[in-house]
Amino acid sequence: MRPGDVLRFSLGALQGNRVRTMLMLLAMSIGVAAVVILTAVGEGARLFVVNEFASLGTNLLIVLPGRAETAGAGPSTFIGETPRDLTIRDALALARHPAVRRIAPINIGEVHVSWRQREREVPVIGSTSELLAIRHWKMARGRFLPPGDPELAAPLCVIGSKVRKELFGPHPASGEMISIGDRRCRVIGIMGSEGRSIGLDVEELVILPVASAQMLFNTNTLFRILVEAKSRETISQVKTHILSTIRERHQGEEDVTVITQDAVLATFDRIFRALTLTVAGVAGISLGVAGILTMNVMLIAVSQRTAEIGLFKALGAHRRQVLILILTEAGVLSLIGAFLGLAVGIIGSWVIGRIYPALTVGTPWWAIAAALSVAIATGLTFSVLPARRAARLDPVQALSRK
Amino acid sequence: MIRLEHVHRIFQVGEQKVHALNDLMLDIGQGEYLSIMGPSGSGKSTLLNILGILDRSTSGRYLLDGMDVTSLTDDQQAHTRREKIGFVFQFFHLVPRLTARQNIELPLVLAGVPPAKRKALSGRVLQAVGLEARARHRPEELSGGQRQRIAIARATIMEPAVLLADEPTGNLDRASGKEVVHILEHLNRKGIMLIIVTHDPEIGGRARRQIHLVDGRITSDISG
Repeated sequence: MRPGDVLRFSLGALQGNRVRTMLMLLAMSIGVAAVVILTAVGEGARLFVVNEFASLGTNLLIVLPGRAETAGAGPSTFIGETPRDLTIRDALALARHPAVRRIAPINIGEVHVSWRQREREVPVIGSTSELLAIRHWKMARGRFLPPGDPELAAPLCVIGSKVRKELFGPHPASGEMISIGDRRCRVIGIMGSEGRSIGLDVEELVILPVASAQMLFNTNTLFRILVEAKSRETISQVKTHILSTIRERHQGEEDVTVITQDAVLATFDRIFRALTLTVAGVAGISLGVAGILTMNVMLIAVSQRTAEIGLFKALGAHRRQVLILILTEAGVLSLIGAFLGLAVGIIGSWVIGRIYPALTVGTPWWAIAAALSVAIATGLTFSVLPARRAARLDPVQALSRK
Repeated sequence: MIRLEHVHRIFQVGEQKVHALNDLMLDIGQGEYLSIMGPSGSGKSTLLNILGILDRSTSGRYLLDGMDVTSLTDDQQAHTRREKIGFVFQFFHLVPRLTARQNIELPLVLAGVPPAKRKALSGRVLQAVGLEARARHRPEELSGGQRQRIAIARATIMEPAVLLADEPTGNLDRASGKEVVHILEHLNRKGIMLIIVTHDPEIGGRARRQIHLVDGRITSDISG
């Protein structure tokens, strides 16, 4: 038989039994759509977390005061030692290494901020000019904190766009003096609305020079220090440098914890990839179920069409021709079902993306390829049995049944 | 052309062995018109199935055109069936979702004949059975007689040497039955070997050679 005839004949047979065709298409497309949508959501969640971490900055090390001990009762438990605080001088010392690109000391707190009659409580961050570059933030207007001696408490501040809107409304904010707690400072810039990172929204921040923030919070310590390494390869070198510098400065005590952002990121990446694969596996089971349904339906189809297949053999069809006819039918069905499912899946992921804009929902290409090929493979594999049964039919018996 | 030598066909029905054909000897020459008659259970249909290579004999030899058919593989048998034998069934066996023309072209499709050539050939046989106007109709839109004529057209499109008809009028009223027989006889006059299995003596009696089967044996073989 010519391939075109085989195809035309299979399509005709599919049209001849609409209920069966719809049923199989439904099963196949549900299976494929499930794989596509679930992997899209899983991948979206993974990308979300990865982006959250990436927005912290690149090649970042975070220095926290205090040592994360997991060894239970250590010597400090008995001595009653408290970790030494991190200071601006510690931060400046950390910058003195060729592999360190920039550092930013960080102080943080909630403070009342007011302009004329409007008052609001906002998170306030004290830092230096380097912070902008480390966090990849953008200015909407004006400029960020000027570089200079971090120990000088200049009366300047940068505010987030939401803070600006809520305090100033239609009035221009640049150059105005605002009250922050018991201090006053001049607004020199407004942050762009882009830039989010875990727990902190740039739009809602007020940023001060670190020394001003320390005065405001009445402390001389730091919340943490951000250190940016020059490259990914130098991160571990920088970590060693941080620990040795702190040990030197803190009388031999290594009383800080250094978190490398890459390590955290890699862990989350692995967890979410595993989750996506699990979810895809579950969806794969539905494809398997679709395959078994295909087999049942094809078996029914073969027994319904016994007379027709008998006739074909009487007219001189070889076994292989009958086999190919039935397999083509199943293959065409699976193919159409798979593409329907793909369409449903893509539309479904798009809708989910619309509902949860924070998720960048996108089905990875490997999931699409896998879903399609698994659908067609299961459709064909599970049709081999019915097709062989058809090919083996005894024409005398097949034709005598009426 | 056709020669059966000591052909036996034994069916196993439960515990019992049923001797459907018992040591059958038969010679049929090219272009003969033969009817096979006998009561039900006499082995008529079994004989027809063996002649049509749809069934294999339990023992004995079947020579078609000098070739021993019994020794062929399944696919070779299918090939021989397609090239040399045409079937006409009591229940027509048309594919309901295909048009008359598509049904007629089925053997050509199976043989891989290109569409343009198929169309020319099917046009010719449609004309021969007088149904050119019905080419686009589906079987359900045709009368019983018309359906059987389509089936005859299908059986003859490969220009086989042998035409086997199993109760071709069994499902038709008298008038259309007669019409069908006339078409078959017309084909026979043009040289095709026609073998009709029937238990209708009126149909069977028209054949030039009449064979009676009882219990798997030939009881009479009359050439008129």
